Amino acid sequence: MRFELTPRTTVSPVARALAPVAAFIVSFLIAGFVIWLMGRSPIAAFDVYVLQPLSDPWSLQELLVKATPLALIAIGLSYCFRASLWNIGAEGQYVMGAILGSWLALKTHGTEAGFWVLPLMLVLGIVGGALYGLVPAFLKTRFGVNEILTSLMLVYVAQLTLDYLVRGPWRDPKGFNFPQSVTFDPSATLPPILESGRVHYGVFFAVIAVLVTAVILGRTLFGYRLKLTGDAPRAARFAGFNSRATTMAVFAISGGLAGLAGISEVSGQIGQLQPSISPGYGFTAITVAFLGRLNPLGILVAALVVALTFIGGESAQILLRLPLDLTQAFQGILLLCVLAADALVSYRIRLVTRGGGK
Amino acid sequence: MKADVSSSGPPLVELKGISKRYGDLLANDGIDLSIEPGEIHALLGENGAGKSTLVKILYGVIEPSAGEIRWEGRPVAIGSPVEARALGLGMVFQHFSLFDELTVAENIAVALSGEWNLATVRGKLGEISRTYGLALDADRAVWTLSAGERQRIEIVRCLLQNPRLLILDEPTSVLTPQEAEHLFATLDKLSADGCSILYISHKLEEVRRLCRRATILRAGRVVGTIDPRASTAREIAALMVGSEVGEIRTDAPHVPHGEILRVDHLDMPPAGLHGQALKDVNLVVRAGEVVGIAGVAGNGQSELFAALSGERLAERADAITIAGRACGTTGIDARRRLAAAFVPEERLGHAAAPTHRLSENTLISHAATEVSRSGFILLSAAKRLARTIIKSFDVRTPEGDPQARKLSGGNLQKFVIGREIIRKPKLLVVDQPTWGVDAGAARLIRQALVDLARDGSAVVVVSQDLDELFEVADQMAVIHQGSLSPLKPIGEWTKEAVGLEMLGVAQAQGGAHAV
Amino acid sequence: MTTFEAILLTIVTASTPLLIAALGELVTERSGVLNLGVEGMMAMGAACSFAAAVTFDSTLIGVMAGMMAGALMAALFALVVLGFAANQVGSGLALTIFGLGLSGLIGAPFVGARRDPVPPVDIPGLSDIPFIGRLFFEQDLFVYSSVALTILIALYLTRTRSGLTLRSIGENHTSANALGLPVLRVRFVAILFGGACAGLAGAYLALVYTRFWSPGMTAGRGWIALALVVFAAWRPGWLLIGAYIFGAATVLQLHAQAAQFGVPSQVLSAVPYLATILALLLLSLRHGRAVGAPGSLGAPFVPDR
Repeated sequence: MRFELTPRTTVSPVARALAPVAAFIVSFLIAGFVIWLMGRSPIAAFDVYVLQPLSDPWSLQELLVKATPLALIAIGLSYCFRASLWNIGAEGQYVMGAILGSWLALKTHGTEAGFWVLPLMLVLGIVGGALYGLVPAFLKTRFGVNEILTSLMLVYVAQLTLDYLVRGPWRDPKGFNFPQSVTFDPSATLPPILESGRVHYGVFFAVIAVLVTAVILGRTLFGYRLKLTGDAPRAARFAGFNSRATTMAVFAISGGLAGLAGISEVSGQIGQLQPSISPGYGFTAITVAFLGRLNPLGILVAALVVALTFIGGESAQILLRLPLDLTQAFQGILLLCVLAADALVSYRIRLVTRGGGK
Repeated sequence: MKADVSSSGPPLVELKGISKRYGDLLANDGIDLSIEPGEIHALLGENGAGKSTLVKILYGVIEPSAGEIRWEGRPVAIGSPVEARALGLGMVFQHFSLFDELTVAENIAVALSGEWNLATVRGKLGEISRTYGLALDADRAVWTLSAGERQRIEIVRCLLQNPRLLILDEPTSVLTPQEAEHLFATLDKLSADGCSILYISHKLEEVRRLCRRATILRAGRVVGTIDPRASTAREIAALMVGSEVGEIRTDAPHVPHGEILRVDHLDMPPAGLHGQALKDVNLVVRAGEVVGIAGVAGNGQSELFAALSGERLAERADAITIAGRACGTTGIDARRRLAAAFVPEERLGHAAAPTHRLSENTLISHAATEVSRSGFILLSAAKRLARTIIKSFDVRTPEGDPQARKLSGGNLQKFVIGREIIRKPKLLVVDQPTWGVDAGAARLIRQALVDLARDGSAVVVVSQDLDELFEVADQMAVIHQGSLSPLKPIGEWTKEAVGLEMLGVAQAQGGAHAV
Repeated sequence: MTTFEAILLTIVTASTPLLIAALGELVTERSGVLNLGVEGMMAMGAACSFAAAVTFDSTLIGVMAGMMAGALMAALFALVVLGFAANQVGSGLALTIFGLGLSGLIGAPFVGARRDPVPPVDIPGLSDIPFIGRLFFEQDLFVYSSVALTILIALYLTRTRSGLTLRSIGENHTSANALGLPVLRVRFVAILFGGACAGLAGAYLALVYTRFWSPGMTAGRGWIALALVVFAAWRPGWLLIGAYIFGAATVLQLHAQAAQFGVPSQVLSAVPYLATILALLLLSLRHGRAVGAPGSLGAPFVPDR
């Protein structure tokens, strides 16, 4: 028994757009099956995971809050993935952005520092993430070291750095020995858009990133450069696009956006540094980027959809006693389905039993 | 219909009504073919006629959509190359099916059926090598071998299975004239020993040298089975192409003027693990002339192309001078701004991005110049440019602005060559301009190259096709193991002399080259 | 037993899971498939083996369950990358994310449970040799098996017909297909083998190394195993050496933490990860590019029929 793939001569745009939707449905069915295996009702789970968050204003706000870092990071990753460069260390770049940005917040804590603190923090967040992203890029372009492994290893290093800081030099002396920093001053806090709401200005960063990226990827030579580098690297070199410069640029961009997501989350959402400042946004964003087909608007939608699984996961943990790990498992299977669906779009697949192919 | 082959009993192999459909394309359309025992049978046809598809079907690599194969009169289903070999078929692929990192012995062993160990393989290899004069070192890694030696591995691999039918797909395309003659002698000997041979080629001369019977394919159909020695080249060519292909016009005499390209003591280390270094290459090309660079594949042609185009940089700026500017250390875009243009060997993936539309593909070489402004793409300009190229160079497209991969080899090649010529470059460097291209497109491309030179540009044509170079070049040099022979007017070259240079023999005799 | 001997013993136990997982991945990669899901398969191996071992109170059943889990995960990966010709890097990542999540689900009921140590098997005579006797000949079965497996895989790849076929397919799948070698079938088996090894490595972690289960206990070992394959230039012998160097680095940093040199523990915890980067860097400095990588590694294969 084997699969037989024949390349499709024409690919309809409808199929291309529907593929992620189909992948999503299949993943839901698989997740439902797993939930059923665990002795819970898949229908109740669907209600908790999807319907309740969507019908509750608090959850809808929360959706935007969670979608913000996902969209920011995934947008950055789309630059890398389009050029077939595998930055899988966004989680580390997110943490490093948060650390560098928070450094200023802690430095100016309790002083009369003015309005400039927050913008500078954000800039430092971008710089921190970008510099950290440039490490694997530099190792790749200068020494030919595989970027997948180095970018991932640096995630652990970033997390340990954060852990060290909040337990050591940056720990709040009045914090009852809890591993956390002081709470940021208002001048270092990204304010909510609505007075009483939870949605902070980070949402705008995500939207701006989406719009700017849509223009860059669709209309500029740099955008074409990434596409060409990813689709036909030799042709990119022939076009005069230096692949080292491309690599450095996309890692800097994706690291910078991940760093911005990190500092926005810390200053707009958490309000202080803790040992853990992300439920795995950096990794989930990989799923988001592919689910959005590396298209900026697609990523925006995908970020909202995947954010739903985080919120649903939290309420399912409380209401149905389903572990949070289910969310992660679902995100993994979703990414697998999305990638398989991509293949279904470009190939016609039929199952051939042995000898039946004649 | 059939030529005179006197034999009793059924033919060794008989193909009946073989068809193969890829989507809308009918690559093979009801093909009938029969091969007698001990016969050397030619399969003639121009590029894209369906020859490779047909032999891959016969060898079980791809399955036919319809039709029947009979082996000694019995219908057989050949489901895989393993089954084909068990039946007694052997195949020497045009693009070798070898493994670069493995040794010669391992490459041979991997395709053998039955019991073996590397020691017995070595022993048999020696035996076959002696019988047929195919010298090979069992423990060398394949990547260290020349194209001719690689082909020997493929042949020995087949012979070890005692084949009844040996299929060779364009075997001389990578050989020097001398190596080709050696191959023909081997094939004659095999045929005398009773082994049938199916010989695929688009070169008439070879077919006449080897075969009494030739089946001619055109656009996936059999258009005739003839005795190549009894027909004139004109008749056969007419059958192959369908209409007569005109000669190239070179009315204006060759009057070279100012120097456009100078390569001065260019050295370059090999690009990859298995590349070929360039050693002290010297070359001068003047406006108004076509300079041909001949050589067997893998002797540094792609490295030379990369060095000229600026995809790889030289150590000294004055190693390469284009239009008076030393630019050995500046990249391809800077050279394009000096009005140089380049067409690499690989159409898909190098000259063009397969999944990108033709309009996007214009960006690849025009990005630095016409179709972008301050970092933004001028989409309408790109589309206009693509339309102009399509019209001026007779590119046949399935739709207005198709993806590059949807064009046939010939049409895509016309597009990528047109893309460069339309910029009216002072210098055009092209690697293998008509490789795998149908006769009509090849003629159009060669004519365009000659016309460009006659209009005052300097043209460098790197090619493995000697006939092509003799047709278009005013001067020619031969590249061998990264060294370039002196440039001589085309009239002073004979095929013999080129062959010797290709083998490096002339260099050994003549000593070091002066500029 | 001296402290020094104890340290050396723990180095062997810390190195073994790395070696086993990396051996499996090496075979997978030599067939031309890059499976970045080692971490996920390992986590699944750990969770399933521990769950099964506790439930049936049998280490053997636990080990079997771990290998099965790894192989099943690998089968899922194979379906996507071979059946659908999907992107291998993305699919491998997805497998890791999926495996880490699912292992959390499976292991959750077993948090807090403990297993008894697996008794060492001493080789009579040899284990009496002073010093090295205890080190090398009084280990558990896994350790012996991992070394035996290294030798077997080395012999398999260089001396057997099937090993030659596997290498050929990894080197150039187009040529292999033209010769009629069963590219997809061989790759499928190689992926399964890689999964079973990763599962076994996970089982070793849960049943021998820690003897309990906790979420995320693989702690990047799957990724280090992947790096080891690159570091070893796809040669089993070098893998053995590399795994032991990394095992040593891990153990020594743990001891350094315990000794409280005044260096923050986080700095020491980062040592294995930084060492991985450093090792890859040194390798590249020596050889230029990744040497020994199979020619078709990571490229999807769609036969033309």
